[in-house]
Amino acid sequence: MDRCPRRLIEGNDETMAHWPLLSILVWLPIIGALAVLAFGRRADTARWLTLLVALATFVLSIPLYLHYDAARGGMQFVESHAWIDSLKVFYALGVDGIAVALVVLTTFTSVLVIVGAWGSIDTRVSQYMAAMLALEGMLIGVFAATDALLFYVFFEAMLIPMFIIIGIWGGPRRVYATLKFFIYTFLGSIFMLVGLIYLHMQTGEFSIAAFAAANLDMKEQAWLFFAFLIAFAIKVPMWPVHTWLPDAHVEAPTGGSVILAAIMLKVGGYGFIRFSLPITPDASQEYAWVVIAMSLVAVVYIGYVALVQDDMKKLIAYSSIAHMAFVTLGIFITLALVRTHANADAARLGLQGAMVQMVSHGFVSGAMFSCIGVLYDRLHSRMIKDYGGVVNVMPWYAAFFVLFAMANCGLPGTSGFVGEFMVILAAFQDNAWVAAVAAFTLIIGAAYTLWLVKRVIFGEVTNPKVAKLDDLDAREWIVLGSFAAAVLVVGIYPKPLTDLMETSVQQIVSALLVSKA
Amino acid sequence: MIEFNPNDLRAVLPELVLLGATCAILLVDLFIKPAQRDITHWLSLLALAVTAVFVWNGFPVPGQGTLAFNGMFVHDGIAATLKLFILLTAALTFVYGRNYLGERGLRIGEFYLLVLFATLGMMLLVSAGSLITAYLGLELLALSSYALVALNRDSAVSAEAAIKYFVLGALASGLLLYGMSMVYGATGTLDLARIHASTGSLQHPNLLAIGLVFIVVGVAFKLGAVPFHMWLPDVYHGAPTAVTTFIGSAPKLAAFGMAYRLLEGGLGGLSAQWTLMLALLAVASLAVGNLFAIAQTNLKRMLAYSTISHVGFLLTGFVGATPAGYAAAMFYAISYALTAAVAFGMIALLARRGFEAEEIDDFRGLNQRSPWYAGIMAITMFSLAGVPPLFGFFAKLLVLKSAIDAGFLWLAIVAIVFAIIGLYYYLRVVKVMYFDAPADTESLPLPADRPLRWVISINGLALLALGFLWGPLFDWCNRAFGA
Repeated sequence: MDRCPRRLIEGNDETMAHWPLLSILVWLPIIGALAVLAFGRRADTARWLTLLVALATFVLSIPLYLHYDAARGGMQFVESHAWIDSLKVFYALGVDGIAVALVVLTTFTSVLVIVGAWGSIDTRVSQYMAAMLALEGMLIGVFAATDALLFYVFFEAMLIPMFIIIGIWGGPRRVYATLKFFIYTFLGSIFMLVGLIYLHMQTGEFSIAAFAAANLDMKEQAWLFFAFLIAFAIKVPMWPVHTWLPDAHVEAPTGGSVILAAIMLKVGGYGFIRFSLPITPDASQEYAWVVIAMSLVAVVYIGYVALVQDDMKKLIAYSSIAHMAFVTLGIFITLALVRTHANADAARLGLQGAMVQMVSHGFVSGAMFSCIGVLYDRLHSRMIKDYGGVVNVMPWYAAFFVLFAMANCGLPGTSGFVGEFMVILAAFQDNAWVAAVAAFTLIIGAAYTLWLVKRVIFGEVTNPKVAKLDDLDAREWIVLGSFAAAVLVVGIYPKPLTDLMETSVQQIVSALLVSKA
Repeated sequence: MIEFNPNDLRAVLPELVLLGATCAILLVDLFIKPAQRDITHWLSLLALAVTAVFVWNGFPVPGQGTLAFNGMFVHDGIAATLKLFILLTAALTFVYGRNYLGERGLRIGEFYLLVLFATLGMMLLVSAGSLITAYLGLELLALSSYALVALNRDSAVSAEAAIKYFVLGALASGLLLYGMSMVYGATGTLDLARIHASTGSLQHPNLLAIGLVFIVVGVAFKLGAVPFHMWLPDVYHGAPTAVTTFIGSAPKLAAFGMAYRLLEGGLGGLSAQWTLMLALLAVASLAVGNLFAIAQTNLKRMLAYSTISHVGFLLTGFVGATPAGYAAAMFYAISYALTAAVAFGMIALLARRGFEAEEIDDFRGLNQRSPWYAGIMAITMFSLAGVPPLFGFFAKLLVLKSAIDAGFLWLAIVAIVFAIIGLYYYLRVVKVMYFDAPADTESLPLPADRPLRWVISINGLALLALGFLWGPLFDWCNRAFGA
């Protein structure tokens, strides 16, 4: 019973091999962006064309999930073409279970972002839509690249559309925020570039797999580890290099915030899994405490910082940093678990938890920023004090908001619970104190989120403008409803997601056992 | 005894063609009215194109250079590659400058002739097989450039720039010549290959080393490396934009060729000394270029300081003194010349009668006036900043790689730190174009010089396309150096 469909899938896999599915997923949005620029002179044409491209990309990403053989794991849908022969640079794409999850997250969120921007963006629509599509293609490229140089090109190139999105359609301090965003992230990644060139010198090629197979002594690994750490820690972002994120979020238009929180931050976590763990396992073990300490500071300190914010977007931005700390925590406790405690099960749990947390945070933060966008479109204020009693006039909106807030606190039954729980559980196997500090999030996270709900949603209507608010329209229903469905599905039945990643995570964890020094 | 070998003429055929064509244009230009200046324009472009065809046809087999005129003239893949791109950028200058000069009454025959003579000088320079050829080529380039900067003789800024350029340039030429005389004194020959061969067995190695210092100074001046960069911002700023387009692009290729011929071709035996000198020059150029560029409000001056920082990157390719490093540096020079041409061309494109678009603020709101050209300029700025997937990124990547391969990891790290600082001022131009609203007076339509619009668009898009297809050019550079 079980074997039959799998054989079917394998058969399909072979026919699918003729289709460069990943290339299509990467380039369809980018070419679509050019088409939108060329033909989108009328705003509605641009919107519909963009939606069409984004939907097509999403639909095409479904076979990626369906035909990925999770039981086999490893890189699938592999494409490889020589790019620069003499340097052995390849245009090489491939996805494992982790990347599939993130690619689907990207295509899913992109559709919702474009639907969400339908009414709220009305100047230079074609440029906004084109930037979003180009960003989508580059993000898929980052998750799918198996050649380090190709990864780097996508990793950096995606700054350009985001720079434009924040800079043109952002709030009053958009120029400051977007320059800070660009320079900060560029600063981090360029050190990684030096690391990649060094690895190329050692191995003669740019393939990430070859980097992982290279023997590096402890000193080399340490340098490379810190080069990667700077790049990815800024991207995640981790305390203390997080300061660009609140600014970028506050000033970005809603769609920009959603993509930034839901997907771009995941690139950092993905980078740790794809680069730091396999290439520098020994240095990662040696210096895991640095990352763990940074993560714990983020959980507690950034949690408290979130508590005192009076700007809703800033609050959610800080909460993003605190939640992403669970991702880095989950990734880096695996090393101690697998090497010191020889507890591969717990290590898998931690890494799985980090991945689930990434996907869940993608949904939850995307949904929270969309919710704030709904209010901002109506009142043009992000200040908590301008609201209050929204539930009286927007009951449906309030229902969604409370659901996402609960997910943000990590309430069981929502996606927010699963990842954090897995990471804390794994952390206990390593060090009870680490787990105890991490578990603080359940209190702090609940405090700032519920207090936000109390001040914005409940209470008396004090602002006369709030009294005149309309409830969700159909478009907002689609966006928030889709996010809500995703949050609940992952929260109640995370098995498809964990199954998808199970073998891939297992492979990463068992590779960690081998010392390279 | 110097013998004349008819085969030698084949090696210099492109130069002879360009010389003949330039003289012919000189005569033709005497007989046409100013209104018919387009004849000179098209003839000059034709001359460059025909010369390029001859260079292409005589392209030497990779790795097999030939010497002509008793070693005075080197005909190899390096020279031929550089010549092709020098001719290309010179042609771009003509196209980008046509309207600009016409509106200012500067579209005189001398502009075309001086550029053609400078091009000839550059072709000679990159083919130099002896100190004499190098000096002749250099002076032909330099003297033409001085006059070009002073093209707008009614402008005090231009005149000041030209005088500065001339005085400092003459000083540098003098230093270079002094160094050459010492090298000659130490080795007894002007032939670069023989100088190279005799480095190990000298009576007065110190004399050669002192000569080397002066030659490095001369090269650094021509490249515009710190601390010999003082002329550069004033000249870029003071010269008419069409002339800046020329001075800012093609001569960088020639200066690269000159540095290669003199330092590697002639004084390669002393590479242990000059690599360190160039590394220091590179650091100084990166630092000064990038930091001073931040403070500029004039786009031409900003690009001048940006040039200085790019020279720092170019020199970074030299420090390994390996063929792969030279190939990377040549790739860098080509990428820079093509990118700078667009940047200055955009300034010419936005300028109109009685109005220079050379302040950064003049680009305000360009995205609303013309999204297309704002896009081209954005590509150019991101390419200069070294953001993937643009051409400039891969040029930086290759130079950094060659430095790291050569063991200069520290230099690579210094270079990237300053590249981050440099990012700021390039982004500022993008910011002004995209995030600021246009002032009322600037909401005029862009002037419609069709060839300029087409060529600058192709040039700009090429920076994007070469970000994907840089492999063939890179292989080409490598083959030229046999790397």
